[in-house]
Amino acid sequence: MNDELVIGGQVVRSRLITGSGKYQDESIIPQVLEAAGCDIITVALRRMDFDRPTENILRHVPKNKILLPNTSGARTAAEAVRLARLARATGCGDWIKIEVINDQKFLLPDNYETIKATEVLAAEGFVVLPYMCPDLGTARRLVDAGAAAIMPLGAPIGTNRGIRTRDLIEILIEEIALPIIVDAGIGRPSHATEAMEMGAAAVLLNTAIATADDPIAMARAFRLAVEAGRLAYLGGMPGASTFARASSPLTGFLDQTEA
Amino acid sequence: MPFMELLDEYADFDFHGFLASVTANQVERVLAKSHLNAQDYLTLLAPAAAAYLEPMAQRASALTRQHFGNCIFIFTPLYISNYCVNHCRYCSFAVDHHIHRRHLGLEEIEAEALRIAGEGIRHLLVLTGEARHKASPEYIEAAIRIIRPHLSAIGIEVYAMTEEEYGRLIEAGVDSLTIYQETYDRTLYAQLHEGGPKADFAFRIDAPERACRRQIRGVAVGALLGLADPRIDSFFTGLHAHYLQQAFPATEVSASFPRMRPFEGGHFQVEHDVDDRLFVQFMLAFRLFLPRVGITVSTRERASFRDHLVRLGVTRMSAGVSTAVGHDPEGSTAQFEIADTRSVDQMRRDLAAFGYQAVMHDWNSRYLAVR
Repeated sequence: MNDELVIGGQVVRSRLITGSGKYQDESIIPQVLEAAGCDIITVALRRMDFDRPTENILRHVPKNKILLPNTSGARTAAEAVRLARLARATGCGDWIKIEVINDQKFLLPDNYETIKATEVLAAEGFVVLPYMCPDLGTARRLVDAGAAAIMPLGAPIGTNRGIRTRDLIEILIEEIALPIIVDAGIGRPSHATEAMEMGAAAVLLNTAIATADDPIAMARAFRLAVEAGRLAYLGGMPGASTFARASSPLTGFLDQTEA
Repeated sequence: MPFMELLDEYADFDFHGFLASVTANQVERVLAKSHLNAQDYLTLLAPAAAAYLEPMAQRASALTRQHFGNCIFIFTPLYISNYCVNHCRYCSFAVDHHIHRRHLGLEEIEAEALRIAGEGIRHLLVLTGEARHKASPEYIEAAIRIIRPHLSAIGIEVYAMTEEEYGRLIEAGVDSLTIYQETYDRTLYAQLHEGGPKADFAFRIDAPERACRRQIRGVAVGALLGLADPRIDSFFTGLHAHYLQQAFPATEVSASFPRMRPFEGGHFQVEHDVDDRLFVQFMLAFRLFLPRVGITVSTRERASFRDHLVRLGVTRMSAGVSTAVGHDPEGSTAQFEIADTRSVDQMRRDLAAFGYQAVMHDWNSRYLAVR
């Protein structure tokens, strides 16, 4: 069975996307990507020092990866748009993960500004992956705006709390034709498996790998977890039942012949 | 409601009675909670919580790693003028102290910016004393504009300004404002600042809000520990940070817990000594109360102590520091003695040895100039 993930017209082999922040030593990133089997890595533009290429985090990103710059630090659509244009102008490609955050306490994305930035950047030919609070109305507007995928959060970023927004993400998976990539909140491999079993197209996580005691081992664990979850989803899991099957069913009398 | 009004609500609160009454059971109940409120924070500042430093440290360390990663953000201060008209009794820059005064010209400021950038520093904190006739808002603005092309992010730690003045400086390229209240005890504040514009307690405490209204990216608050009862000033530092986080959710809030250091011309008697254990208790309680707020530790603290603090909740550190104008102790008097004299490179190596990455670059608002 051909199980391709296509984003923005490009075939992506791995359904695990990871980031580049929070590491104690960034030079470990190539080994992490290798262990995770990632095709896509997201990099915060705010951390890129274009004045000092030798210090730039990009020196740790292998050339054969798809670079997904993100607009972390943007507080408005206008700021996100400018950061995206800077990314393109400095040779970081056309892919962009939109992060517009007006809330430093929970780091929850601003859906309204995210839609506005998506409209502008998709029209300029970017492959736009917007990070959002899971909400069907917003997701539909992002589709109309030209997003290439939708990235709802599983839980507030960096919390490692798992898929707390499960019911809302299930609605997006059901209703939205674009790939749904669960981003943020995934703290354990089992969370990643859960998202993939639900039918998410991919997962994006960073903190759980970057702050693990052994990031390379954790990257491999997530690779296996994502693959397991995807296989389970494709395999068609048997439905779980909340109630035990009674040996004396309540409707059994309907089959009985009255004496 | 401005923070000043929130402060007023505590006017009659019996802090000493509360702090003395906190029991081990109460501390344990707070530590069992997932989210702490202001009263919980005060509970962890009480003497009874001193017996729980290790569990507090374990939790603070995990929270900090989770939210900020294995990263410490590095900056360096640049003093551009130490002329001052204030009478702060605890500061060597005070007007009545006969010290070497210096005021950098714009060319000297640019040379300093280039020298600092040459050391690998990308985030700079620009400091002045309070002397509008020398270090005017226009002078500071000109300094920012001349520094801007050479560095990534610029903070200011200068006298309290009007909202319009902050707006102009933000427009010129200022990313963050550091302004310490020194003490949240109004009576003591009046005694310590008998002359000069800094005597206006309300104008100073409102300063972060004025900058936030102009969409500054970051603000940092704090109290100079040792002036008033440090538990109470630490409490208000946390309350202030919490207030700013709630009122201005888009702004990155951070705090610091600076301890008094020896300074030139000073015969100031520090009434409230803050030993290392108490300092650590303050930092841990703050981290548990405000998991996402940055904590800065300056070179007031000695190198070995700072190294240990890295694991406990610190997110930002200064390096390659001089508190004299223009890095020139011969030419001007330092504001206070620094205790950690390590170079930027040494800091990077030492942080790496502790398992932390020194982040030199975290933002550049020049990027937003892209059209």
